[in-house]
Amino acid sequence: MAETATKVQEKAPIFGKKERILISDPLLDNNPITVQVLGVCSALAVTSLVVPSLVMSVAVVFVCAFSSLFTSLLRNYIPKSVRMIVQLVIIATLVTIVEISLKYFNFPIYKNLSVYIGLIITNCIVMGRLEAFAMANKPWRSFLDGLGNGIGYGFILVAVAFFRELFGKGSLFAGSPMELMIIGPSADYFLNTSSGWLSGYYNNNLMVLPAAAMFLIGIFIWIQRARNPKLVDIS
Amino acid sequence: MNPNSNAYILFFVFLLTLVVAVVLGSLTEVTKDKAAQNEDIFNKRAILSSIEDKLGEGIEVKKLSDEDVLDLFSPANMDQFVLNMSGEVVPDIKAEQIKIRDEKKKPEAERLLPLYVYKGGAEPLYILSVVGNGLWDEIWGNIALEADVNTVAGAAFDHQGETPGLGAEIKDNPKFSANFKGKQIYRDSDLVSITVRKGGAKDPIYEVDGISGATVTADGVSEMLERGIKYYEPYLAQIRQGKTSMLLK
Repeated sequence: MAETATKVQEKAPIFGKKERILISDPLLDNNPITVQVLGVCSALAVTSLVVPSLVMSVAVVFVCAFSSLFTSLLRNYIPKSVRMIVQLVIIATLVTIVEISLKYFNFPIYKNLSVYIGLIITNCIVMGRLEAFAMANKPWRSFLDGLGNGIGYGFILVAVAFFRELFGKGSLFAGSPMELMIIGPSADYFLNTSSGWLSGYYNNNLMVLPAAAMFLIGIFIWIQRARNPKLVDIS
Repeated sequence: MNPNSNAYILFFVFLLTLVVAVVLGSLTEVTKDKAAQNEDIFNKRAILSSIEDKLGEGIEVKKLSDEDVLDLFSPANMDQFVLNMSGEVVPDIKAEQIKIRDEKKKPEAERLLPLYVYKGGAEPLYILSVVGNGLWDEIWGNIALEADVNTVAGAAFDHQGETPGLGAEIKDNPKFSANFKGKQIYRDSDLVSITVRKGGAKDPIYEVDGISGATVTADGVSEMLERGIKYYEPYLAQIRQGKTSMLLK
């Protein structure tokens, strides 16, 4: 018996087609932001600059992947009546770990993101995946599902931040050593507005304010639906 | 054990909480020294930002290494004093031990004020810390005065949650804080402070330009400076009258 069990395990691929779908599906066809429309609050709030969005994305990928893993490991032991609380404890623990490591490794970014890191606990994507997937699937697959959904979220976040920072402040990667000024009075690339008729140029506050993320996510959803008829609800 | 019994639920939750508490507790314990040091350096950079122009040609505070920041705060470069509200120096305490945002919670008469005196340049610079309220939450900043204790050498502000692109410009836009340079806080012997004026400064000495769309934050900055500098007034008056030679020893 024991021998057959090991054989079956060997045959099950660690990274087969089903596993690949778990990662690729949330990137496009089932993206948590543009298709499920979850986690939009933080997508509006932290996306005015690329660097904080990247850090936020990495934090969500970490929390999403590992909370799925731990929830899945414990799924047969979690009492049904307190499962939400148990999931929250797992998520909150991981978020606190993120917070402690940010304080340790990069204090300015921690200050910059301050409350939003804590708000990962209430990010609907994380808890949604635990309820919908990790409670009913094996650890490795749950981990991949969490990873995929985290990346799907982070990818939209960074894309939104890219456009908001570029057209809002004229810079890219501000706050990091590789800061670039693309448009503006002190721009090194593309468009220097320090002289001539452009000298009256101001930063575009429409893009800097959170409302811009709403338009941008709307445009992303539009493009995605136009290219992928599967997503259009015909009923 | 029956997984639906109350005893099992209590046992499970207790065990989970215990594990989590031990993990997070030990992690915090291991990292707290480095975290405290990071916060300290972060605060010191904020103070240095107000005298960035005086540190030397081409020096940017955000590009200084942590060691350089600590070196600028060494006793050779920086004197630190703590003042009470009547302008007396409180002994046996350094300015860096004072957290101005905590002081704001105390009754006004009991607050302690940090005062930094930068000695690395030709003349001493006095750095005052101020704290107030913006539109959404607290704002705070450091304002540096030249040796005449009147002309502003520089200023830097920060905030908890002002709107990006509007109120947050007090921190993000270097032009806003640069406007304070060269302004004065005294008219003869009366303290007038500096006002952030909506629609553009009218008085070249005591006013700076406001930020469009951020009137409440700008008014908060004006109020914070007026009240904050007034707290230091008793001590500043002593320096102006030349009574406190101990500062420059």
